[in-house]
Amino acid sequence: MTSLFQEVNPGAAAETPTREITVKVNGESRTAVVEPRLVLAHLLRQGFHLTGTHTGCDTSNCGACTVLFDGKPVKSCTLFAVQADGHDVMTVEGLAGPSELHAIQEGFKEEHGLQCGFCTPGMMMASKALLDENPNPTEDEIRWALSGNLCRCTGYQNIVKAVMWAAKKLEDQ
Amino acid sequence: MIKLRFASPEMLVDINEISDLGYHRVDADGSIHVGALCRHADLERSALLATRQPTMAAAAPLVADPIVRNRGTLVGSLCHADPQGDWASVMVSLNASVVAQGRNGRRTIPVKELVRGPFQTTLAYDEVVVEAIAPAPQGEAAGGYLKLERRVGDFATVGVAVSVDRIGSQVTRAGIGLTGVGGSTISADDAAQVLVGGSLTAEAIGEAASLAAQAAQPRTDHRGSASYKRHLVSVFTTRLLNGLIRTEEEAA
Repeated sequence: MTSLFQEVNPGAAAETPTREITVKVNGESRTAVVEPRLVLAHLLRQGFHLTGTHTGCDTSNCGACTVLFDGKPVKSCTLFAVQADGHDVMTVEGLAGPSELHAIQEGFKEEHGLQCGFCTPGMMMASKALLDENPNPTEDEIRWALSGNLCRCTGYQNIVKAVMWAAKKLEDQ
Repeated sequence: MIKLRFASPEMLVDINEISDLGYHRVDADGSIHVGALCRHADLERSALLATRQPTMAAAAPLVADPIVRNRGTLVGSLCHADPQGDWASVMVSLNASVVAQGRNGRRTIPVKELVRGPFQTTLAYDEVVVEAIAPAPQGEAAGGYLKLERRVGDFATVGVAVSVDRIGSQVTRAGIGLTGVGGSTISADDAAQVLVGGSLTAEAIGEAASLAAQAAQPRTDHRGSASYKRHLVSVFTTRLLNGLIRTEEEAA
């Protein structure tokens, strides 16, 4: 007989160690019980349903999973969720306000800074970290800051323009 | 390593919350100490390295990519023992060592003796490295690091670290480390030795470059043929050393 559910031995689950962690995600304190082996990207996506953080390569190469960790950009596929206990995480969902897009998101829209969109959340979070530190970056500085984020569609040209657009908009605000 | 199933530890201890390991500083004797939690990004922005340690300063911005550099550490890179790690070549060229803390106290291990092979170190199971130490230069420190990579963050096709200590134009100590051209980081000792005792003449540089290329044990792969990589070792060694040649006035 096949069934949708399978009862598992409760002993097996009891053997799996878990930790309770509290992480500030996009300004909101959230608590979860996780296995120590769970990576942060999966906690965000599957635990908190914040699926804007993408997992592309799972090996710290592509940068699609970039989030801000205590304000600094990190690749969330290479952090365990337990390491975020007591820390501050910002995902792409934290960019927009209740009624309007963040200047960086607008910039990507205005300058056609994306095609398939897979790398975009990581690009935007890396851009956010850059503009927080350096509100008026040169093209070279933008290319340097985004060099850990891979895009296979755009050729990067419009991504750089999008960040410059956002810098200008933020300056004008 | 865990994701790739190369390692499956029963227990993993996160040292990230230890607050006082994030330092890098110069001691009164001129040696540079890098704590186990000092990030690549800290070294990249370090005014201390920019003025005192040119080989380390040159390598810091070339490690991985800017985002990875926010989390990764020099000490972690050394202990990871990847033959393509940049810091191992740099620290080998500086004749650096690490301090390992275990249950029975601390011991100092030269970086040249830390690595047993790819991803394997001579650390005991109950030891952790708490800092790396680059000894004080014998005179004035000069040097650099060059790396060929297909794109930012890729493993090095070839990397060369050169460190030269000098009094005036006289070389008092030299070290050359090679990245990505063997089963572990290579210290090209014979090549470095020909530089010691004289000034950096074209002849000495040519000989050092040729000996460094001989010390390399590259393998042909998707990043290039063995002969291409060996050639690059020679080119990078020459280029780095040529950049250190001083005119008489500069040396005075």
